Parts: sequence; structure tokens; C-alpha cells
Amino acid sequence: MRAFRKRRELTTVIDRTKAIAPSDILAFVTLRNERIRLPYFLRYYRNLGIRHFLIVDNGSDDGSAAYLEAQEDVSLWSTGASYKAASFGVDWLNHLLRHYGTGHWTLTVDPDEFFVYPFCDTRPIEALTDWLDTYDIRSFPAMLLDMYPKGPIDAVPYREGQNPFEIAAWFDAGNYTIERNWYFQNLWIQGGPRARMFFSKTPEAAPSLNKIPLVKWERDFVFASSTHMLLPRGLNMVYDEWGGEKASGCLLHAKFLSPLTAKVAEEMKRREHYSGSREYAAYQETLSTEPDLWTKWSEKYINWRQLEILGLMSKGNWA
Amino acid sequence: MTVGFVMMCHTALHRAAEVARYWAESGAPVVIHVDARVPAKDYAALGKSLADLDTVSFSKRYKCEWGTFSLVAAAQSGAEQMLARHAEVRHVFLASGSCLPLRPVEELVAYLDARPHTDFIESVTTAEVGWTVGGMDMERFTLRFPFSWKTQRRLFDRYVDFQRRIGVKRRLPAGLVPHLGSQWWCLTRQTLSAILEDPDRPMYDRFFKRVWIPDESYFQSLARLYATSIESRSLTLSKFDYQGKPHIFYDDHLQLLRRSDCFVARKIWPKADRLYATFLSPRAAISPPAEPNPAKIDRLFSKAVERRTKGRPGLYMQSRFPRQDHENGKTSAPYSVFQGFSDLFENFEGWLSKYVVARVHGHLFGPDRVEFGGGETMFSGCLSDSAKLRDYNPRGFLANLIWNARGERQCFMYSPRDNQSIDWFTATDPNAQISVISGAWAVPLFRSNRNFRDIRREAARLQRIETYHLDILRSMYVKARVRIWTMADFIENPMEPLQTIIDEISPRSTRRLTEAPQMVDLTGFGQFLQNLKNQGMQPRLMGDFPVGDDPHPKHTRRGRPYLVK
Repeated sequence: MRAFRKRRELTTVIDRTKAIAPSDILAFVTLRNERIRLPYFLRYYRNLGIRHFLIVDNGSDDGSAAYLEAQEDVSLWSTGASYKAASFGVDWLNHLLRHYGTGHWTLTVDPDEFFVYPFCDTRPIEALTDWLDTYDIRSFPAMLLDMYPKGPIDAVPYREGQNPFEIAAWFDAGNYTIERNWYFQNLWIQGGPRARMFFSKTPEAAPSLNKIPLVKWERDFVFASSTHMLLPRGLNMVYDEWGGEKASGCLLHAKFLSPLTAKVAEEMKRREHYSGSREYAAYQETLSTEPDLWTKWSEKYINWRQLEILGLMSKGNWA
Repeated sequence: MTVGFVMMCHTALHRAAEVARYWAESGAPVVIHVDARVPAKDYAALGKSLADLDTVSFSKRYKCEWGTFSLVAAAQSGAEQMLARHAEVRHVFLASGSCLPLRPVEELVAYLDARPHTDFIESVTTAEVGWTVGGMDMERFTLRFPFSWKTQRRLFDRYVDFQRRIGVKRRLPAGLVPHLGSQWWCLTRQTLSAILEDPDRPMYDRFFKRVWIPDESYFQSLARLYATSIESRSLTLSKFDYQGKPHIFYDDHLQLLRRSDCFVARKIWPKADRLYATFLSPRAAISPPAEPNPAKIDRLFSKAVERRTKGRPGLYMQSRFPRQDHENGKTSAPYSVFQGFSDLFENFEGWLSKYVVARVHGHLFGPDRVEFGGGETMFSGCLSDSAKLRDYNPRGFLANLIWNARGERQCFMYSPRDNQSIDWFTATDPNAQISVISGAWAVPLFRSNRNFRDIRREAARLQRIETYHLDILRSMYVKARVRIWTMADFIENPMEPLQTIIDEISPRSTRRLTEAPQMVDLTGFGQFLQNLKNQGMQPRLMGDFPVGDDPHPKHTRRGRPYLVK
């Protein structure tokens, strides 16, 4: 309903959705000022087999819009409206998902999130969605895994087109806590470097890491809160309760990468983020001291198999 | 003599066409059955793409619905056509459109030439199959199934229940012993024609029309009536998971498939370009042909099913979050909890780490911080020493710690002063070894320099907490290995219990305890307890400490000779 009202806030910049074939897997993205990250982002997901990108540009002024407009597989909408008032962009995406995503496998990600799933180095994303189809599985979870560099976050600048995980190559392997949300039936996962670094005094305020980005969309589906949970609630049942493991992936999160300090300063000015941007407030406080998220117990990223062995994701019964 | 393939196709027809072409060009005739639900346009395109091959023909089309007789009917007509048109065929191989030959046809022919009268069909009596979905094996034959399992599931289930209740039993045709097995077979002309030309065939067909999933039982049962030599295995490598869905092969299975030496595999992902390109390219046959050996693939898939159904014990993650008591392992590995030891002995952690191969932590659940072993501020998996973070989810913290340190046993100190919210969790965890010296919490109070009023209050609080914990440890729900001594009993003879605990931690180490841990000076402890009593607090958990008869730590005493079992 909200999405329906908020659709008016979107202006079509370029609509290439006619080119979408019935079996295409689509990506849905909202972004603001991510120009430098876009080339690698698009390349990464094209390689996985994403056929079309449906993007909402929330008032970028760094040339993101012009760059995206020139891409053959991108449809672009723009809005100057408030990110916060649109439930942090979810209203816009829900509208696009309903309109263009229905009947497709859809991947909803941020420009700093990189989807990793079992066998992603040898099998395209279509292999995964075909497999999910044979089991009538409609949603696939991927926990957010915060990646960080060794040394101060802004020490090594990110170059356009570069794999961000060449710099932010490290992650926390085993400090995640899980609680069940009985109402929405989803799991609430917190932890990782953000919890230990910025929220060690207020762990309940640490950001949620559970996400369900890959969904075979139907008309009546809706993201309830970012991609953390969905409605109807059955879509959140992506975990096994009787001891077994369902298949799952990870979203490698390239947030802790330069230029972060500048971004945090800007976001603090805009105050458009969740819970009065308390997350960004916490960053700003700590970032001014040039923190190093890296510890000697940090794990260096190799591939999905490593994440599987560490128990951060699972192959389930896919072999 | 050669082999002929009957192919049952319904999707990915372009792949089926490639495979049919490969077989036909290698000299094996092919009969293709295309599901009647495939659009005429696609059917025509398939026909056109194979028009240049005169040994490829199409059989009468049936509308195939999973679990029904239509699949058998399709196979029957395909097989009849094969036998009628191709007199040179001795073995008929039933395959699907998503099958892929892994070895050249000549190798298969040579293999079959060496076994000219053998029928390869997996055929197991209903009593012995363990793989049927829904637990139905014999009932597939004795009940009726007018409703579709896929589209009318509820009616299907209800009708089955109903028949079970009123005890319906269909009579089997005389002489027929129900057998089940993979629907992909390879039968000799003799056996197959005997089945197809049997004068009683209308009766059998009538019977099997009402059987559930007859494609897994029709040929499997009837072959038993005519075959002279049955090899009860399928030449098609086809694995099913716990839900009865076939496992799918992808490009990254290439080496595995190549080394399996199986003749045909299913099911292949239609977009697995590399598999199709590799196995459909011309190759020289190797002689003598090797025996199929799918053991490695079996292992891969059975591991996958086990992961899906049982999971990794002690792992809590985004797609495995078991309900309480369905964890299949609350934690991933054995660990030890020592309560009271660090109060009674000086530097007990240091002493313990000398005798066990394990990581010895301090009070992991201490009120101020997490005391990781070696004074570390962080531990494996980036667990932080912040008490706040730990107390946010103490059970999760413990499960994470044990999981992160897989391969290294974890030991930690515990006391009533620590966060108690793991009490039930550890008590009901078979991986926990919990050793308690009850009442030892009084020792730090005895040695402290605090006002006696505060001491008394604190003692009462700790005693209450420990009493509650001991009640848990003595309850009927306990799964942990629990040992409890009163402090008095323990100092009477500390070496024997210590040796027992340590032997349990590292059973193979033959090291004997040579020195006891240094006990704190307890001179005056009896008087201290008496003072507590005099002030109205009744210390109950320490055991007997008579005033004036102070216990003396026996430094020189060596461990009692330990009896070797």
C-alpha cells in the first residue's frame, strides 16, 4: 500500500524493461552517490548471470545517473524524495518489484553488497534458481558479512573497477548471535565487526545482518523492513528448525572501504538512515580515532567454500 | 548386435536432440517419446533437427503425469517400436531426455556383448527398499490412487488414510511379486518382448494402472517373471535425495562423472555446456570396458542429504537454527567446566594446562569481562571479551566459542559469581563435562578484606545461586557428565578426582599427575564458617570443617598409584 503511494515519487529516467525476457533474473537496487563502485558492481552481477538491473537513484550528484543511463541492461528511476520517508528505499523497490519482478527471480541488493552462494565460482545464478524451483523454494537467505581492511579503513583508497575485497579482505568468522523473531518468523542476526567495535556497550542496537535478497517474486510479496524480512511471513522460513541445514549464501559487505569517513559525514548531515542514523553516529564517534577493525583472529576471505566450512553459509542438500 | 535407446523427453528438447544424435551417429538406434504436453511447435522443431538420421524415430505420444501409468504406457510403446523396427537390437536401454552418455556407445555395446542374456534392472522386493517417499512401498500396490499426488495432494493423503482405516487391500495378480527399483533399465530383447507380448498383459496393465508410481514397479516386477539373469542395478547413474528429487549434475561434476565409469548419468542441468560438450565429443573406446563405479558420487550425494537432514552438530546459523532439544548436538565438541577449582587452588588454570591438551580459559562468564585463556582480549572467530556482548546472548556465545575452536578442547572456570544463564544449556549438553567443588566460592570471601556484614550477604547470595545450580545438575534432565564434591571431601583427597577428570579429557595421554595444584592456605577457614553461622548464615555446601582442625594442603603427597584398566 505504501509502495503504491510512493510510486509517484519515482521519475523514469530510462525504461528498458521491455528487453526483459520471461526467465531473466533481475537485480533491484537503490543507491546514492556510488559512481566509483558501479563498474565493478555491474560487472560482478553480470558475471553471475543477472540480466537486467532496475535501479532507483536517490538524488546522486556524482554522475551515477549518467553512468547508469548509458548501460544497456539498466532501467533507471530517480527520486529526490526522502529515503527515510520511503522506509529507507524499500517502498520504492517494493513498487518496482511488484510491477517488474512478478514471476521472476529477483535479487535485491545495495551497491556495496556482493552475493555469494554455494558453487558461485562454477555455476551461474540460474543454476541456483533452477534448483530452488525444483524444490518450490521461493526465497533464499544470504547473511550480511561485513568485510574490512587490515589497518585504518581509509588508508588504502579504492580505485574504480577494482574488486573491493582486494582491500577489504577480512571478516569475523564466529561472533554472530541469532534470535528468533516469533512474529515475523525470521531470524534476527547480529554481530561481526560492527557489533564488537561500535556497539560493545549497546549490543541490542547493533545492525541486523539477516537478509533474504533472492526471491521468486509474486504480486502480493513485500519487503517489510529492508531485505531483512518479507511478507507473507512464510518467506522468512529460510532456516531449518529440526537440526538440518537449508542452503544459504552470504552478502559480502564492502562498507568499510574508503571513502567511508566522507560518506559517514555526509550521511550524518542528511540523517536519512535507520533509527536516527544511530549506526552512523556510532561510526563517526569511532572513526575519528582511525580504528582498525582487523584483529589477529580475523579471517581472510578466500572463497565460498571457506564460508561454508566456517558455518556462515551452507550448501544444504545441493551438491 | 547393438543396443537401442528409448528416450523419454519432456523438457530441454534441444539437449535431448544432441544426445539422440550422438547415439544414432554411434550406431545405436533411438526411439524418442515426447510428452504430449510439449507444444506442437517444439515437437516439430525437434523432429526437424533430427530428420537427417534414419535410425531415430518418434513413438506415439502420451500425456505423462508423474506417478501415473502414462509413463509406463509411453515406455511400452517406445520399446515395442524399437523391437519391431530394429531387429539388430539385443538390449533396449530406457533413458530420459536429461540423460547424458558418459562413455562411448562401443564401450556399452562391448560390455553388453559380454553379458548377452543379462537384464540390468534395479528390482528389489518391497520389504527391502528403504528409499520410498512417504514410507509407502507395499501400499503402492494394495491401495488405489485416483487423485494426483502433485495437484490434489490433500485428497490424495486423505484417501490413503481412509483406505488404511477401512483396511482396503487389492488382490495382486497371481504369481506377481511386487518389486521396486529405478525406472531406468536396460533389458534384453527376450525379456522385454516376453513382457510386452504376454497374453496376460492386459490383466497386468489393468492392475498397474491403479498402482502408484508404476514406472518404478511395472518392468521391475514383470522382469522377475521372465528374465533368466537379472543384475539388480541400473546402468544409469541416477541419485535421488530424501524428498525423492533427482540430484542434478553441473559442469563442476565433470571429473567426478568421468571417473565414475558409469555409462549414462541423469539428471544433467540443461545449461551445463561443458558436460555436454565433453561427453558428446567423439572419443575412442577403451577396452576392456571398466566396471561402473559410482561410489564417489554416492558419497557426495549422501553427504549432501545428511547435511540437509542432520546438519552439522553445534552449528547455529542463518539456515540452521534448531528448536530447543532438536539441536542434534547443542555444541559441536566436548568441553569442560570447572566450578570452584580456581577458588580452592592457586593458579589452577596454569596447572591444568600443563596436564591437558586443551585451551584453558579463566572465568568466561565472569561479571566484568570474558577471561580468555592467556589473558587475551579476543578469541577465535573474533569473539570479544566484552561482558556486555557476551551477556547479550550467553548461550550463543558458548556455542560460538566451542564451534570456533573446533579441533581444540575448551576448558573454563565457572562460579556462582558468573553469569548463570548457561546453567540449563550446559547441564543438558552431552558434550559438557561439569566438575563442581561445592562451597568453594566461600574461599575468596574468607580471604577477602571486606566488612563481615558484606561478606555474610555475599555468602548468602552465592549459596543461593549454587544451590539452584546444583539442583539443576542433579535433575533428571541432565545429559552432561557431572561430578560434584563438597569442598571438604575434595581436599581430603584431591588427586584421585583430578586424575579422573584429566583422564577423561585426554584419554590417550598416559601422563600421571606428578604434582598437585597448590591449594590456598585454609588456616582459619573452619572458624570463618563458624563466624558465618554465628551471624545467622548457614553455610551448607562446603561439607564439614570443624573449628580448629584446619585442613593442611599436602604438598609432598604424590598421586595414589593409579590402577590401569
